[in-house]
Amino acid sequence: MPDATPEAMPATTTGARSAGTAGATSAGTAGATSSTPGTRPTLLLVGHGMVGQRFLEALVERGVTDSHHVVVLCEEPRPAYDRVHLTSYFEGKGADELSLTPGGFMDTHGIELRLGERAERIDREARTVTGGSGRVYAYDTLVLATGSYPFVPPVPGKDAEGCFVYRTIEDLEAIEAYAKGAGRGAVVGGGLLGLEAAGALKGLGLATRIVEFAPRLMPAQVDEGGGAALLRTIERMGLTVHTGAGTEAVVTDEDGRVSGMRLTDGSELPTDLVVFSAGVRPRDQLAREAGLKVGERGGISVDEECRTSDPAVFAIGECAQTVDGKVYGLVAPGYAMAEAAADAIAGFPGSFTGADMSTKLKLLGVDVASFGDAHGTAEGCLDVVYADSRSGTYKKLVMDPEGVLLGGVLVGDAEAYGMLRPLTGSVPPVAPEQLVLPAGAGGPVKLGPDALPDDAIICSCHNVTKGQICACGTLPEVKQCTKAGTGCGSCVKTILQLLPQTGDKGLCGCFSYTRAELYEIVKVKRITSYARLLDEHGREEARGGEGCEICKPTFASVLASLAPAIGADGYVLEGEQAALQDTNDHFLANMQRNGSYSIVPRIPGGEITPEKLIVIGEVARDFGLYTKITGGQRIDLFGARSDQLPAIWTRLVAAGFESGHAYGKALRTVKSCVGQTWCRYGVQDSVRMAIDLELRYRGLRAPHKLKSAVSGCARECAEAQSKDFGVIATASGWNLYVGGNGGMTPRHADLLAQDLTDAELIRLIDRFLMFYIRTADRLERTASWLERLEGGLDHLREVIVEDSLGICEELESLMAAHVAGYRDEWAETLQDPERLARFESFVNAPGTPDPTVRFVAERDQMKPDLAVLIPEGALTTR
Amino acid sequence: MIRHGRQATLQLRLGDDWFTVCDAARLQPGRGAAALLPDGRQAALFLDRDGRAYAIDNRDPFTGASVLSRGLLGSASGRTFVASPLLKQRFDLESGVCLDDEGVTVRAYEVRVGNGE
Ligand code: SRM
Ligand SMILES: Cc1cc2nc3c(=O)[nH]c(=O)nc-3n(C[C@H](O)[C@H](O)[C@H](O)COP(=O)(O)OP(=O)(O)OC[C@H]3O[C@@H](n4cnc5c(N)ncnc54)[C@H](O)[C@@H]3O)c2cc1C
Ligand code: SF4
Ligand code: FES
Repeated sequence: MPDATPEAMPATTTGARSAGTAGATSAGTAGATSSTPGTRPTLLLVGHGMVGQRFLEALVERGVTDSHHVVVLCEEPRPAYDRVHLTSYFEGKGADELSLTPGGFMDTHGIELRLGERAERIDREARTVTGGSGRVYAYDTLVLATGSYPFVPPVPGKDAEGCFVYRTIEDLEAIEAYAKGAGRGAVVGGGLLGLEAAGALKGLGLATRIVEFAPRLMPAQVDEGGGAALLRTIERMGLTVHTGAGTEAVVTDEDGRVSGMRLTDGSELPTDLVVFSAGVRPRDQLAREAGLKVGERGGISVDEECRTSDPAVFAIGECAQTVDGKVYGLVAPGYAMAEAAADAIAGFPGSFTGADMSTKLKLLGVDVASFGDAHGTAEGCLDVVYADSRSGTYKKLVMDPEGVLLGGVLVGDAEAYGMLRPLTGSVPPVAPEQLVLPAGAGGPVKLGPDALPDDAIICSCHNVTKGQICACGTLPEVKQCTKAGTGCGSCVKTILQLLPQTGDKGLCGCFSYTRAELYEIVKVKRITSYARLLDEHGREEARGGEGCEICKPTFASVLASLAPAIGADGYVLEGEQAALQDTNDHFLANMQRNGSYSIVPRIPGGEITPEKLIVIGEVARDFGLYTKITGGQRIDLFGARSDQLPAIWTRLVAAGFESGHAYGKALRTVKSCVGQTWCRYGVQDSVRMAIDLELRYRGLRAPHKLKSAVSGCARECAEAQSKDFGVIATASGWNLYVGGNGGMTPRHADLLAQDLTDAELIRLIDRFLMFYIRTADRLERTASWLERLEGGLDHLREVIVEDSLGICEELESLMAAHVAGYRDEWAETLQDPERLARFESFVNAPGTPDPTVRFVAERDQMKPDLAVLIPEGALTTR
Repeated sequence: MIRHGRQATLQLRLGDDWFTVCDAARLQPGRGAAALLPDGRQAALFLDRDGRAYAIDNRDPFTGASVLSRGLLGSASGRTFVASPLLKQRFDLESGVCLDDEGVTVRAYEVRVGNGE
């Protein structure tokens, strides 16, 4: 196993003290008090982990990086990274994304960072530290932030091939590599980190067991009831848990590789890989050897300023034992220590006397939170407990006899954590049982963040109060000004609730209505003119004005989806409507970065004849367009000037192509797999169904784009479950999935109904789409709409399957009107020479192409020539 | 920025001269059009819903593309603006100042709607 225990690596005392070995710190002279002679004193930081980096930031904020020469010894091969989110490395977050050190940070502040340099020895008399490279670093002030190492119980076989710990990126790389050839994994330790490691092993495809010595999981954070709820949920996920059993030995095969584990209860488990996660121990070895005072159970003893028994040496983070006698294994107290030490060094008042051990975690997808006196140790305290083993929910509040909230444990549903933790120490404004009961059983009373006092700590990682957060306007501002939300992230939800924006749900500066409300107004009042809508229903101050770039296209979209039903012209460029469309809809093509446009003809279901393929090829060749197969099973032609669009489309329309609406918030593609016709597994004709659906819904404008797919069997080659509406064939019909999304926030679609006939399927999709169009916000895909919809999928099912609102007939007739009224926008545009005028590059020079749209060659095609875009003093500044 | 009468032509001031661009009726209220100027530059012309005309440089300073004429018109706090179709920054049509980044300005032209002198 990777050797992480410093004890196993005794500090080598290299005598390398020759002058000039330490770069700028040239500490050749024993007893040197200053490294850069005559100038600034040197501050040496050992350990560049999470707390070390926070400490450097605190130094910058206090101007210490100007008054001191700061040198950092970092044992790991990379600068500080987010250890708290280490597991997301397995979810594809690279080392770069985990980094906590902004690019250029060290250079900007003149900090000397020595990567891969481990401090081996401190000479307190000479005030030097010797590094593993042999260099000697002098210091005036030394700060130790060496963190912890994973504790590995001294059992036989612990060093066998296949044993790991879980602390660094390198550990995870090693586990990932080894897991490739393994089928089973075991984690020793059922605490916070153990569960996290177990989740990671499961994610790597291993059958995973957890072995915990204590009688319950997460013994430090949750009580017995909470542990039981957690156990049930975790077992339901397919992990095996052994509690109350210790590890006696790691069993190896003849090659010395892990093959199993023997437990103290006599049982033996087969496993290919073992991760030890049995707690951490402070890395206090360096300090110990230098004669600094350490706590009985480890940890460098420090005072309120985080100073050790030597006033020139500080210790912060997990390696320190603080004045309350504790060694904190969480990042928030470490950050508070970093602030306290930076204050002391800068000469400001500041102290660290102890911290809150509250935590909220999502372990294996289960919310677990504990705060305050979670175990109810205070004298005379009372519990209020709610437990539901079916759902794996367990909530306990600890109160004192006067009703003051002392702490609590939440498992399975930790929604209330953000509110409860800041209320700790006060009498909550409602009865405690209302805070733990689920909805429908007399609770929960949603305690709004209003209930919190201004000095309530909302972000415990960075010690930020409600008052400080409310002084900022937006989440990015909060993060920038206060750092709140940039640690573990568990406070972000509460922060969002505290920020304004909630008051005014209006679409934009012109309307105080939401998109859904405007839809109803337009439908009921049959409003077909934007000017009328603005002047009659806009905000007072916006009436009579021009409107804005947000509400104009929104109205245009609402009007387009309602047109046939309210007697408006379905042609989106008719009259005033033309002035409301975003440029893409206005030119019926997508604008590219250099002002040219792309063209995407519709290819329903992805099926295309050779003749049509040839036409696309010829058009692209004749107009010199760049061609690319899109991710939507069709072909995109890029690089047309606006004045070329009519000629290009004349050719395409003549060959039977229609607009693909790649430019509109409208139906895009219905992808298909090849299905029953050709595929040996197919059970229905997925291509035919995809084409039917695409032709039915083509041209349908919606709050956001709509995508769909049809797969011919459960193998799902068309990826229907990532679509707004997806269809998968079954032996007896079709399954309909809704609310899927790829893109920025992928979401698997939910199964809405099963084994539908063709007619049933289409009727349900009609209703689904029209209900979405009617109620969604602007630019809200079906996925986020469904997430937001009160009552979620069940409610959706009630409305569109069971017709609980009695609107299904109307939804269907709206869709019928759309289908009947569909006309191809491009064909229609080409018929009218007046409409074609808008495509000219210049109103005063018809026929003259825009000279700034130019291209250069790349891989036998062309790409925009960006050089022509940046001439003559790019930005004119006043 | 002048109200235009019927059959009027739209003119831009270039130095001491007025440059005639086109019939004002060629513009659609709420929408823009690009014009090619004698020196090769491009202007973006707009008409608001009251028939007032505006002209600014057509080049979007944030992307370098000549596209401002293809943005949407709007008004906020009494100022009429166009939102660039590419990255949506808004430009005040009278002064050319970018409302989302006041350090950035595009050239604004004096416009009149006359009878073709
Ligand atoms: C051309 C294409 C990439 C390609 O070369 O393959 C493409 C190109 C663009 N995509 Fe896409 N997307 C393309 C397939 C996809 C897919 C894959 C798919 O459809 O199966 C996805 C993920 C699936 C999904 O949407 O759920 C996809 C997710 C996005 C998103 C993120 C949407 C989201 O909900 O998170 C955007 C941004 C947006 O719409 O706000 C986007 C936006 C864009 C825009 C419109 C960006 C823009 O505003 O200019 C690009 C337009 C290029 C152009 O002018 O033509 N594109 N885009 C694909 C066209 C498919 C087609 O034939 O219509
Ligand atoms: C998987 C995982 C999940 C976690 N989840 C949470 C969570 O949800 N919430 C929470 O609050 N905490 C969590 N933690 C704990 C949190 O990561 C630590 O509290 C935090 O990293 C402590 O910061 P630190 O700077 O004290 O120590 P570290 O981040 O460990 O940094 C110490 C650094 O010092 C270096 N070092 C040590 N000795 C020397 C030497 N002699 N010379 C040079 N460099 C040296 C080490 O290599 C290391 O880079 C988690 C930890 C892990 C591993
Ligand atoms: S989804 Fe099924 S029917 Fe379609 S191609 Fe894949 S295996 Fe064949
Ligand atoms: S509580 Fe961790 S980031 Fe705010």
